[in-house]
Amino acid sequence: MSGTMNLTLKVWRQKNKNDKGAFATYQVKDISPDMSFLEMFDVLNEQLISKGETPIAFDHDCREGICGMCSMYINGRPHGPLKGVTTCQLHMRSFHDGDTIVVEPWRAQAFPVIKDLVVDRSSFDRIIASGGFVSVNTGNTKDANNILIGKEDADEAFSAAACIGCGACVAACKNASAMLFVSAKISQLAMLPQGDPERKRRAENMVETMDEEGFGSCTNTGACSAECPKEISLEHIARMNREYFGAKFTSQNVK
Amino acid sequence: MNWVITTFSSSLGKKLLTALTGLFLCTFLVVHLLGNLQLFYSDEGLAFNTYARFMTTNPLIKTVSILLYSSILGHAFLGLYLAYKNKKARPVSYASVNNQSVWASRNMGVLGTMILLFIVVHMSDFWYEYHNEDGFPFKEYKVELLTGKVSTSAKSGLDKGVYVDYVQDGVRTVIAKDLFLECKEAFEQLWYVVLYVISMAVLAFHLSHGFQSGFQTLGLNHKKYTSAIKWFGLVFSILIPLAFAAIPVYMYFS
Repeated sequence: MSGTMNLTLKVWRQKNKNDKGAFATYQVKDISPDMSFLEMFDVLNEQLISKGETPIAFDHDCREGICGMCSMYINGRPHGPLKGVTTCQLHMRSFHDGDTIVVEPWRAQAFPVIKDLVVDRSSFDRIIASGGFVSVNTGNTKDANNILIGKEDADEAFSAAACIGCGACVAACKNASAMLFVSAKISQLAMLPQGDPERKRRAENMVETMDEEGFGSCTNTGACSAECPKEISLEHIARMNREYFGAKFTSQNVK
Repeated sequence: MNWVITTFSSSLGKKLLTALTGLFLCTFLVVHLLGNLQLFYSDEGLAFNTYARFMTTNPLIKTVSILLYSSILGHAFLGLYLAYKNKKARPVSYASVNNQSVWASRNMGVLGTMILLFIVVHMSDFWYEYHNEDGFPFKEYKVELLTGKVSTSAKSGLDKGVYVDYVQDGVRTVIAKDLFLECKEAFEQLWYVVLYVISMAVLAFHLSHGFQSGFQTLGLNHKKYTSAIKWFGLVFSILIPLAFAAIPVYMYFS
């Protein structure tokens, strides 16, 4: 086939949580530049299965860049070399024939490796469970125009809500800090009247859980935002700081 | 009071304290620099030495200096502790890393440690000796107020608390510790000048990230002001260390 690529892959293999793990080197041939990165991995896994080896475990779901399941730290960058793109939307045309590609799992204390490239991101779930929700009355659907929201606020809340919780911010941060994620989730609800009743409690609890989960703290390097597939802005981290201190100094919670 | 402890021991709280102490230290740099610029005067150190006396004896300045010393220690301790915790947040490091952030922003701990070491050297040389050394040199100035003519003579063997400043028959007489001379002698050594210039370069990198980062941590990020803060921070981080570094270089060559 003309125009196809032959690549060398150095992939992190780790049997389970307790295994030490190591890199394994694989060759893949005749890769179409129009394949996605995950499809290239599918090809590699087919090869491994036909040879009787264990395929490489990796997370993926929608393969449309919206679910936040895929991870992979590719050549030193979460989700690979492109800006504003998840691994599933990264195509092999971003690489060259003969390239060596290093693929690692997200590395963080709070994201332990389960197997190969799959990490346990349930620490994010616990952060959300501690405050990333609104308590709504059940019953009939309310008229959407009942609560008026300024366009600018709605836009800002939406830009925060674009976060798919993939964890690339943690993976990119030299401190493995989750502040971009947490700030997006706090911001999204802080901008909207629906989020107002639980606003203070939310900021306090989510930051507390984030600390308990063992994420690092932010040093404002901006690596998170640069690597975020949804290009969440650092403004949200500043807003989280305001929300947190505003809550801490004015809430009724004395603990 | 529980909530106060919870607030400031959280990651955000520690960052807030680091930012506040850091920005306070930025204001200190300005004051310190303004004082040091008097070393450029060719008045045999009259202005600088009387200023040094004022800064070490004025009750208000002495009170603020307690805040200053605790800020330096607090900023250093918090910074190092956070750097340690942040290191622990990634126990297994990546085999290949392609950074998308600025070098200084990733190395604030290393830069800060170098600045701390510099402060120790700097203070043990000038601050400690000025406060404690018995044989510290003195200088007597006689200023003719009508003509502005200054004549000086070195004094020694005076008690370390001595300070004289009076006017009689149109002549102002000042006897003060000669910190100016100490600086001059120190910066006659090339390696010392090089140490100071390098330390100021380190400070410049630390400030280039730290200044704007402090505002971000305080939550002050706004479309209208953030670009101005970043611009001002960059100018600040270049000009202040440059002016500090110019002093030893000037003294070495004059």
